[in-house]
Amino acid sequence: MKLFDFWGGVHPAGQKHLSAEQAIQILPMPSRLHVPLQQHTGRSAVAVVKVGQTVRKGELLGQEQGGVSAPVHAPTSGVITAIGDFTAPHVSGLPLPTVTLESDGEDRWLEQEPPPDPFALEPEEVAARIGEAGIVGMGGANFPSAVKLSKARQARVHTLAVNGAECEPYMTCDDRLMRERAEHIVDGVRLMLHALQAPNAVIAIEDNKPEAVARMKAACQNEGQIRVVVVPSRYPAGSAKQLIQILTGLETPAGGRGTDTGVLVHNVGTAYAVHRALRQARPLISRIVTVTGGAVAEPKNLEAPIGALVEDLLAFCGGTTDAPARLLMGGPMMGHPLPGTQVPIVKGTNGILALTAAELRLAATPSPCIRCGRCVEACPMGLMPLEMSKRARHDDLDGAQAFGLIDCISCGSCAFACPSHIPLVQYFEYARGALEARQRAEQKARETRRLLEQRQARLVRAEQAKAEAAARRQAEKRQARMKGGATA
Amino acid sequence: MSIFPTSAPHAHAPDSVPRIMGLVLLAVAPAMLYGIVLFGWPALNLFLVTVLACLLCEAVCLRLAGHAVRPFLMDGSALLTGILLALSLPPWAPWWIGVVGGFFAIVVGKQVFGGIGQNIFNPAMLARVALLVSFPVEMTFWLEPRPLFSSHAPGFMEGLAITFGGIPNIDAVSGATILGHIRTELGMSHALSQILPGHYHAGTAALGWTGGSLGETADFLVLLGGLWLLWRRVFTWHVPVAMLATVLALAGGLHLLDPERFASPAVHLLSGGLMLGAFFIATDPVTSPTTKLGQLIFGAGCGAFVYIIRTWGGYPEGVAFAVVLMNAATPLIDHYVRPRIYGRTWRGQSRPVSERAKRPPIKSGEAE
Ligand code: SF4
Ligand code: SF4
Repeated sequence: MKLFDFWGGVHPAGQKHLSAEQAIQILPMPSRLHVPLQQHTGRSAVAVVKVGQTVRKGELLGQEQGGVSAPVHAPTSGVITAIGDFTAPHVSGLPLPTVTLESDGEDRWLEQEPPPDPFALEPEEVAARIGEAGIVGMGGANFPSAVKLSKARQARVHTLAVNGAECEPYMTCDDRLMRERAEHIVDGVRLMLHALQAPNAVIAIEDNKPEAVARMKAACQNEGQIRVVVVPSRYPAGSAKQLIQILTGLETPAGGRGTDTGVLVHNVGTAYAVHRALRQARPLISRIVTVTGGAVAEPKNLEAPIGALVEDLLAFCGGTTDAPARLLMGGPMMGHPLPGTQVPIVKGTNGILALTAAELRLAATPSPCIRCGRCVEACPMGLMPLEMSKRARHDDLDGAQAFGLIDCISCGSCAFACPSHIPLVQYFEYARGALEARQRAEQKARETRRLLEQRQARLVRAEQAKAEAAARRQAEKRQARMKGGATA
Repeated sequence: MSIFPTSAPHAHAPDSVPRIMGLVLLAVAPAMLYGIVLFGWPALNLFLVTVLACLLCEAVCLRLAGHAVRPFLMDGSALLTGILLALSLPPWAPWWIGVVGGFFAIVVGKQVFGGIGQNIFNPAMLARVALLVSFPVEMTFWLEPRPLFSSHAPGFMEGLAITFGGIPNIDAVSGATILGHIRTELGMSHALSQILPGHYHAGTAALGWTGGSLGETADFLVLLGGLWLLWRRVFTWHVPVAMLATVLALAGGLHLLDPERFASPAVHLLSGGLMLGAFFIATDPVTSPTTKLGQLIFGAGCGAFVYIIRTWGGYPEGVAFAVVLMNAATPLIDHYVRPRIYGRTWRGQSRPVSERAKRPPIKSGEAE
């Protein structure tokens, strides 16, 4: 199969050796789990359980609402002890509505009928079951998978691209999953193809994972419609837009969808979750998380229940050696700092990364831009990060937008490459935030104006109506008088 | 807004401005040492004076502007400017040329614009142009190489006397650069076939055994240093290749048309400051375009101006003028030459995927 190239990109040190040879271990069930109701893009789920209620493993905790949403399920059996705000795994540290579940230590599953043969089901039904299992994009996009599949089927996608590139440094959860559960992933891919009614799937893996490639190839041996392709290791090969470019040479149109190119991208972890949902009737209640970084005593790949605290995972890995210089959820290129270790892991958590200061390679202060163009060279989207950041820094939001702020995928390649250590992505996020705030303010001003105008119009109408009514009454009176006069 | 880097990425390439400057300094060192050895004590004196002047001016400006002096001084950019300026001066020029040049480069060429990254012109080249225009006599005094410790080289004390007191017996030591010689002779309507023999050997020119400014003579060492920087990815090939290729193409074409009037590509390539300019001066990130296409245009423009000035202009050598001219064009180039954004047309509209392009990347049953 012919591969194409994507633009730009960088070669960060992989650091995967820290955890790549660690077989997946199951995290002992923590005594308490904190399951946020919103772990996906779209509307939050609403709790359907009450405090004090006992639940079985796999039982519904939160029901999805609206078209783009996903349910959440109980990762173990136990008692609901609280439903309320809990720190979310986000840099802001803002709390999110969360169901707290006290484990009863028995881990008893909800009894369920054995699932029917999924290939006998209608594609729409397969997608529906994927939705009911609460499956969302597990590469970090968090978009509800069923919605994505149904839309892609309507768009007549011809190829499912299964993303096993795992281009983020340090991360090895997909690598281990592919090495250890290749058959299940391939089964999940076949099921997704059925849901999509698409003829082909391509499993893309970076060439730094030869064992995963070998295992996946072996697992696909008898699958004529599934092909494993090895893509060069270069960040961000695993970003959906760039992966589509590698596989087809086509670009997702600005403002369009990936499916406009005829390709739908799903993560290998999602394929695995689909297999579990349709073959074993298991909702998405656990995932593989890589716990690694120079500050972690024993880096590991863990199968952890959703809602386990970062603290629990770190403790199982021997804790942190020194105080980590930075604690992240996700990889170093796109992950975000955590407000602490008292935050739960969610469906989209691929890793917990505790970095030492040496690994961060932080400059004390950024120095001025020397216009070296490395950021331009590194940008996979064809942007000029130095120009965007210059404008963002001076609050010239329109200028930043004119240079393509909305096309930026926040991949961080530019900031990685910048010799002046300018926090480019941070400027972009700042500008995006400011733009959104401005749009919201404009929206509000428009709305206020509209209401004001409506009110004024109403007042005017009321005045008019009053005047007309008065005139009518006058006329009637006069008429009555005249009539009275006539009869008199 | 706060600049505490809370947002990704949390990894960084092992690169920094001081490191880049350090690599460039290392790369230019052999040619620099060679030039000093070739022209002896006066060259070393001038070199030191120029570099010190640059560092001093930088420190004073930083202090006046209220910046922290140390981190900026330590980034190596002023040192590099000083070295590049020294390398483009006539080796036996008097000390005050170095001082005035250093002042021009750092104060007028760089700090007035707001310091590192803000200047439009390459500071060293701006200073060289200013010096050439203001002090044409001192700036065109060339001599044949007299290596350190060779019989006719000045000793240490003599060297001091030359740099700080002037050259005693000017006519006895002076000699023209090859480009200067060609220009004078062509002016007297001599043909190149009469001019060159006895004056020009490609071999000695490449080895640097020729009159010229401090660092322009050892083309071979300059080339090696440049290639090393390319290999270390300090800059990419675009500017130097475009610049050299343009000179080569123009010189080659015109030489074919009239070999008696137009010097061969080899003469152009291996004389004057072209090699130094292509690898160490035009590649200055601050004053060249940021996109690859822009860099090609910039390099080609530099090359074309070098050739035009050398051949038809008022000066025998044009690297400094060419670079400064193209520096002035850089904002324009950067304004018009931008990369195409992913998923958009060149004009910025969303770029639809044509139905025909939507072929599956694999056909069912296709062999591995
Ligand atoms: S990489 Fe950094 S220093 Fe270089 S042009 Fe971009 S922003 Fe400026
Ligand atoms: S973060 Fe944005 S601007 Fe920077 S390289 Fe990625 S896409 Fe380009």
